[in-house]
Amino acid sequence: MSTIELKKVTKRFGSFTAVRDVDLSVAAGEVVCLLGPSGCGKTTTLRIIAGLERATSGDVVIAGKRMNQLPPERRDIAMVFQFYALYPALTVRENIMFPLHYERLGVSVANARIAKVAELLHLESVLDRLPGQISEGEKQRVAVARAVVRDPNCFLFDEPLSRLDVELRQSMRGQIKSVLTGLSKATVIVTHDQLEALTMADRIAIMRDGRIEQIASPHEVFARPANVFVASFIGTPQMNLIGAQLEGVEADVAKFVLEGRSVWLDVDPAVGRLSRGDVTLGIRPRALVPQSEPSPDTVTGLAELIEPMGAETLVHARTPGGHEIRFVVPRAIRVRAGETLHLKANSRQTHVFDAGGKAVRQ
Amino acid sequence: MPNGMANANVAESEPGIPWLERLGLRSGAGVGVAGWGRTALAAVVSVIYFFPVFWIILTAFKTYEDALAVPAKFIFTPTLANFGQVFSRAYSAGGQAQNTGFALYFFNSLFISGVSVLLALLIGTLAAFGFSRYPLKGNDTYLFMILSTRMLPAIVVIIPIFIMFRVTGLAGTYLGIIALYTAFNLPFAIWMMKSFFDELSLDVEDAARIDGSSDIGVFFKICLPQVIAGLAATAVFGLILTWNEFLFALLLSGVETRTVPVAMSQTIGGDIGVRWGLLAAIETLFLIPVVVVTFVLQNQLLRGVTFGTVKR
Repeated sequence: MSTIELKKVTKRFGSFTAVRDVDLSVAAGEVVCLLGPSGCGKTTTLRIIAGLERATSGDVVIAGKRMNQLPPERRDIAMVFQFYALYPALTVRENIMFPLHYERLGVSVANARIAKVAELLHLESVLDRLPGQISEGEKQRVAVARAVVRDPNCFLFDEPLSRLDVELRQSMRGQIKSVLTGLSKATVIVTHDQLEALTMADRIAIMRDGRIEQIASPHEVFARPANVFVASFIGTPQMNLIGAQLEGVEADVAKFVLEGRSVWLDVDPAVGRLSRGDVTLGIRPRALVPQSEPSPDTVTGLAELIEPMGAETLVHARTPGGHEIRFVVPRAIRVRAGETLHLKANSRQTHVFDAGGKAVRQ
Repeated sequence: MPNGMANANVAESEPGIPWLERLGLRSGAGVGVAGWGRTALAAVVSVIYFFPVFWIILTAFKTYEDALAVPAKFIFTPTLANFGQVFSRAYSAGGQAQNTGFALYFFNSLFISGVSVLLALLIGTLAAFGFSRYPLKGNDTYLFMILSTRMLPAIVVIIPIFIMFRVTGLAGTYLGIIALYTAFNLPFAIWMMKSFFDELSLDVEDAARIDGSSDIGVFFKICLPQVIAGLAATAVFGLILTWNEFLFALLLSGVETRTVPVAMSQTIGGDIGVRWGLLAAIETLFLIPVVVVTFVLQNQLLRGVTFGTVKR
């Protein structure tokens, strides 16, 4: 079975800990994205799976076998590198053929496989060119072809689309996804682009400082972020995060003090168990709706910056206390800079994070 | 869509005459880009630099009298007699033609330079790869020590080396002079090749390992093809150095292992003074191998290293 399992994997470089206690299990046919800001340890984690780095402690289990001590060439893994890492002196065909040489396939079988992936990734016309003679998008597809031509234990992708322009990136996202769907292998994709992760992954592992902060489906990490970091990292525009004091909860309506003003908001029942004190409120920009009149459940903001985004408009407003609040309105609603707005959060769409930054939720 | 981009790349390269381009001359650019003034200046400088070589080649085709004529002759009846005399010559009119031994000396020069350059490339490339990819503790110190062997002028080290060769019996043998020239070329080969290996993308090697290649496979199949330009440059410089080397060859080669520069010096003098035509003929023949090798490898020297597969 094509599976990957990391158990309490830690990697130290001298006194610096790049990856700490990472547990991750990827089932056959599943695509997991490691997502996080640069330097969070996601690429190191991928290189540990590939065998390019040795874990300081913990177990790396691939296809049911502990592989900590095995060098990369004996792990039977296919990997796509960020800078493609094509072999410059070999033609595209030879590049794709290179891994097959070590699988000891017959010439006819190898050629049949190359023909198949070349067709799949539209590379037939460039097979006899050198990597230096093809475009960026083609290089990327050659890198993918060189990986999927094999029948490995699993696939690893290191920022596979980061060097493509926006248009190519969109089309390749779909192509990679459809290619992977047909292969039923465990796949790990490293990316710092949340859109890439949300669209391509079955599950997303969000990393920070070498730790996995949350691992869940794209829907889950968006709708139920585990902590403030995940909440701020996932979702565009970014979630509004505002410090407030919890005063009390009654029938799932909580009273918060925000900039000295009391606000009543619908919250998760679990908030009722929280004692009074400092919390962080998280509200997505699309969950805020401007109201005509102020009321106990609205927040006042002065519109400062208007960013039309096509179908919607993003408005940056400032509260009397100086907090910036972002919210999104449909294109039909015209907001002008300098206008005073009364914003109401949609029912039950307020995330409450405790003083430690953890989500309070059932 | 990507096809269009690829074609654009191809179209960008200027049209030109293929064989001229292969010789490193681009017919498209030239005068147009540099302008007539600079082109003329470059031509004048080139002529001044090349003139001594041109004069030697001219002298090789002159009779003894023409070679010594004052004022110097540019127009004369060429003769091939000098070239004939390189390999066998009659010392006086009516005398028996004698073997001059230059066939052997040319062989010696080719053999000694060729083998020592190949050895230096082989050892140097492997060592450079080691220094670049598997650094030791104190890597830079070792590299400095290797370079430091070339820091003293030859004349300073010649006496100890001469004594070493006498004691070990290496003096006058092919093995001795080849070993010495290899040691001469090694520091340069190691430093040069290391800088080429340092430039390569490590990702490419990681990719090859993941694709199932062993360390040796990575070296031969992935790294070596990317540093051909470096190998060519190292070979040309090493060849020029050993081909022209005189001092060590003079003191350490025997009668049988004498190289052309040493043998050439010994043709000077004799019963009728310096035979300039003969000397020039030897010189002309001596130039050919270096010119040919440089010309053949020029292609590699000019070509970029990686074709831009990995942009940094």
